[in-house]
Amino acid sequence: MNTVTQTREPATQVRQEPALWPPVDVIEDATGITLYADLPGAPRDKLSLRVEGDTLSIEAELALALPDNMEASHAEVQYSRYRRTFTLSKELDAEKVGAELSHGVLRVRIPKAEHAQPRRIAVAVG
Amino acid sequence: MYRSLFPRDLFAELDRLQRDMQQAFDQSPAIRGYGRGGFPALNVGGTPTGVEIYAFAPGLDPSAIEVNLDRGVLTIAGERAPSLPKADDKATVHANERFSGRFRRVVSLPDDVDPTAVTAKYNDGVLHVSIRRQASAQPRRIEVQ
Repeated sequence: MNTVTQTREPATQVRQEPALWPPVDVIEDATGITLYADLPGAPRDKLSLRVEGDTLSIEAELALALPDNMEASHAEVQYSRYRRTFTLSKELDAEKVGAELSHGVLRVRIPKAEHAQPRRIAVAVG
Repeated sequence: MYRSLFPRDLFAELDRLQRDMQQAFDQSPAIRGYGRGGFPALNVGGTPTGVEIYAFAPGLDPSAIEVNLDRGVLTIAGERAPSLPKADDKATVHANERFSGRFRRVVSLPDDVDPTAVTAKYNDGVLHVSIRRQASAQPRRIEVQ
């Protein structure tokens, strides 16, 4: 009789700290996509914008100058990091992503790959 | 439509859903509409010497933010322009989650603040208003003779 033993790998728990989900505006035009994300309180050096394969991920940490002896009486923002990821479709050129951060707004520009740009094909009358 | 600015957990989403349902069935809504919710989000805290208010309001021109203090009430108001393309541009908007338009938030301050000692700074999209408490309101130890 065959005994089948199942070996189970211990599930690796990737416990992520709860993060804020920044609201975004995404606009697509003929040459690419522009994304605006609200990241108030995140300075330039605490922002991490990564493209891995077809995933764009935005992560940032808040850095507010809080006095040590402050007691919060009303806190609508309770976490100290932002995190949001997007899957980029194939026609976007992930190599040429450009971004700028100004007054807490991140503007990301993802152009469409050359081959995906709209092209008008001339029809010859034969 | 009210939307929690940084939706994070199930309860915040359920709360929003309940509010949406309530609005859908409201026969006679308030004349000023449903309220624009909380833009900008506020964190308010106090220290023994002052009161600190943080307003999470990215994308504004610092000189155009209106911060007013009147009889113990702090008002933060302004307008954020939408980043959407003009109607004639051949562009598609896939997501429009960010707030745009006029906003106004009001914070009631405790009686012991000094209205002449207010500073406001705008860094990385966060407006930090700091109000000192009156010196006479600080706890003082009284010597026993």
